Amino acid sequence: MARIDLDHIRHSYLPNPASPSDYALKEVNLTFEDGGAYALLGSSGCGKTTLLNIISGLLTPSEGELLFDGKPVTELSTEARNIAQVFQFPVVYDTMSVYDNLAFPLRNRGVPAAEVDQKVNEILRIIDLESKAKRKAQGLTADEKQKISLGRGLVRSDTNAILFDEPLTVIDPHMKWVLRSQLKHLHKQFGFTMVYVTHDQTEALTFADKVVVMYGGEVVQIGTPDELFRRPQHTFVGYFIGSPGMNVLPCEVDGTVARIGEHTVPLQVGLDPNKSAKKTEVGIRPEFVKLGGAGEGLPLKVNAVEDIGRYRILRGEMDGVALNAIVGEGENIPESPTALFDRAQTNLYADSWLVSEGA
Amino acid sequence: MEKTANNKAWFMVLPVLVLVAFTAVIPLMTVVNYAFQDSFGNNQFFWVGLEWFQELLASERFHDALVRNLIFSFTILAIEIPLGIGIALCMPKKGWGVPVCLVLMALPLLVPWNVVGTIWQVFGRADIGLLGYFLNSLGINYNYTQDPVAAWATVIVMDVWHWTSLVVLLCYAGLVSIPEAYYQAARIDGASRWAVFRYIQLPKMHSVLLIAVLLRFMDSFMIYTEPFVVTGGGPGNSTTFLSIDLVKMAIGQFDLGPAAAMSLVYFLIILLFSWVFYTVMNNAGTEKKHYAGEE
Repeated sequence: MARIDLDHIRHSYLPNPASPSDYALKEVNLTFEDGGAYALLGSSGCGKTTLLNIISGLLTPSEGELLFDGKPVTELSTEARNIAQVFQFPVVYDTMSVYDNLAFPLRNRGVPAAEVDQKVNEILRIIDLESKAKRKAQGLTADEKQKISLGRGLVRSDTNAILFDEPLTVIDPHMKWVLRSQLKHLHKQFGFTMVYVTHDQTEALTFADKVVVMYGGEVVQIGTPDELFRRPQHTFVGYFIGSPGMNVLPCEVDGTVARIGEHTVPLQVGLDPNKSAKKTEVGIRPEFVKLGGAGEGLPLKVNAVEDIGRYRILRGEMDGVALNAIVGEGENIPESPTALFDRAQTNLYADSWLVSEGA
Repeated sequence: MEKTANNKAWFMVLPVLVLVAFTAVIPLMTVVNYAFQDSFGNNQFFWVGLEWFQELLASERFHDALVRNLIFSFTILAIEIPLGIGIALCMPKKGWGVPVCLVLMALPLLVPWNVVGTIWQVFGRADIGLLGYFLNSLGINYNYTQDPVAAWATVIVMDVWHWTSLVVLLCYAGLVSIPEAYYQAARIDGASRWAVFRYIQLPKMHSVLLIAVLLRFMDSFMIYTEPFVVTGGGPGNSTTFLSIDLVKMAIGQFDLGPAAAMSLVYFLIILLFSWVFYTVMNNAGTEKKHYAGEE
C-alpha cells in the first residue's frame, strides 16, 4: 500500500513528439493518497488507460517521474513495483486450476508452499470460489474469471495498489452490481489504494471517493462525485457527468450578467478583466432549470418530453442551442414554457474552464 | 419447434455425391477390387481372397519400408514442431518485419515438390552443389548417392526446409491471436519467460499444433516426390519409403493385386495414426468441454 505521485508525467506513443497534439497524455500532476479509492473517468481515447499503464509500468512515460511513497519508481519493472492490475477482459491461465491461478504470482516470487496455501485459501474464500478451487479456469463464467484476475492481485500481501482497467465491461449487468459492491467491501477490508478506469459515470461515482475526470490527455477535474456535479471545472465534466449532461449556452458577458441572444441571465461572478477569453459560455444543469410561463424567462422550444419514471426530461432548444430541463412527475409544463436559471447553480465558463469567485 | 422434413432436399446434394463417387469412392473400390484378385495380362482376373494381405504382412520388404517411414515421420516431427514453435516465437508481431517474415516463410511452401527434390539433388552434389562441395571441402565425406547416412540426412533436412514453414505459420497464427493483456498480466504476476510460454503461449497454440502434427505426420508418411527425385529410394533400399515401394510394386513390377493390398493397409495405418494423434492431443480439450458442460 502506497501513495502514488505522478510528477509532470507526459507520454507520447510517437518516437519524436513535437506538438502538444502528439501527446496521448499531456502533462499530468496527480496524487493518489494511500488507501484511497479513485476512479479515472473519461471517454475513449482520453488517455486513462495510458495513465494506468504508466502507473503499473507496462509503459514508460516519455517525460516525468512516478513516485510510490516518495520513492521514484519510473525506471522499475512491472514486477518490481508490486502492482496488481485487472484488465478489461478477464485474464486467466486456462490450463491451470483456479487454485493454481491464484498461487501463480506467489510461486513466481518463491513464496514457501505453506504460506501460498494459506494465502490462496484465504483469497478463495474472499472471492467466493472455494467450491471451484480444483477446477480448470477455462470453463468458468466471465465474472468468475474476472474474480480470479482480481484474486491474483489480492493474493500478494505487499501489493502497492490495485489498478482496474474497465474491469466490468464483459460482465452481465446484474453481476456488475454484485462485483462492484464486493470491490467496495474489499477496499474497506484491506485498504488498498485502488485506481479504477472507466467510461461509465455510474460506475465511477459509486466506486470512488474521488473521481479524476480526463479529457483529451489532460486531467480536467479531481473531486468528489458531489463536486463534479455541482461545480464542473470544465464544460466536458459538466457534459460527461449527469444524465442528461449540463446545458452549455454560448453567451456574452457584461459585468455579472450573461447575454444569450436578446436575453439576460444573472451570474454570481464576472470575467476576470485581466484575462481575455475567446469563448464564453453559461453552464447549468437540467436539474436547476425551472419552467416558467411566457415572459418569465428564456423562451424554450420543446422538442420532446421523456418520462423516465421518477421524473421527466424535457428536451428543448433555445435559439438553436439544446437546452434540457428536468421536470418533476406532478409538475405542469406550460403551453409556451420559458427557462428560469437558478442563479446559485449557474456557472460561467471562459474558454471551457470554470470562472470561479476570486479568480 | 418441429423440423420440416422434405426429402426432396437430398436431390440438392446429389451433384456433390456423384462428384465424390467419381473422385474418391469409385477409385477406392477399384483398389479394393484389385486387392482380392490376381491379374494376368489380357484383362484376366481371378479371386485370391486374402492371399495378398497375408503375403504383404509377412513380407520383410514391407516391414522395412514401414519402419523406415515411421523413423522418418517421427524424426521430422521431432525437428519441425519444436523448430517451428521456436521460429514463430522469434517472429515480430508488428511492423515491417511481419510481411517480410511471412513471405520468407511462405516461399518454400510455394515450390512444387519435384522442384524441391531437384533443388536439393543439385545442392547436395559434391561436384556442382554448394552444400555438397562445402561439406566435402571441410573434409566430411558427404555423398548421398552412396552413403545411406548422407542420403537420410539429405532427405530429412530437405523435408525440414520444405515444411517447417507450415508449422511456423500455424503457430504464428496461434500466437498473434493472444491478447496483449495476457502478457501484461504475466508481467504483473512476475512470470518467467518459460512460464509465459508454458501457461499462455503453448495452451493458445494447442489447437493449431494439433493440426500441424496431423498434417505433417500424414504428409511425411505419404512422402514420395522429394526422396524419389533426390535418391530414388537408394542407396540400395535405404530411403525407400512406403509410397516409393508401392509405386515400384504397382508400376515397376505391375503387381496390381499386391500393390492394391498394400495401398489399403497403408491407408489404414495412416488412419489409425491420425486417430491416435488426434485423441491424444485432444485429451486436454475434451477435459475442458467436460468442465464447461458441468455447471
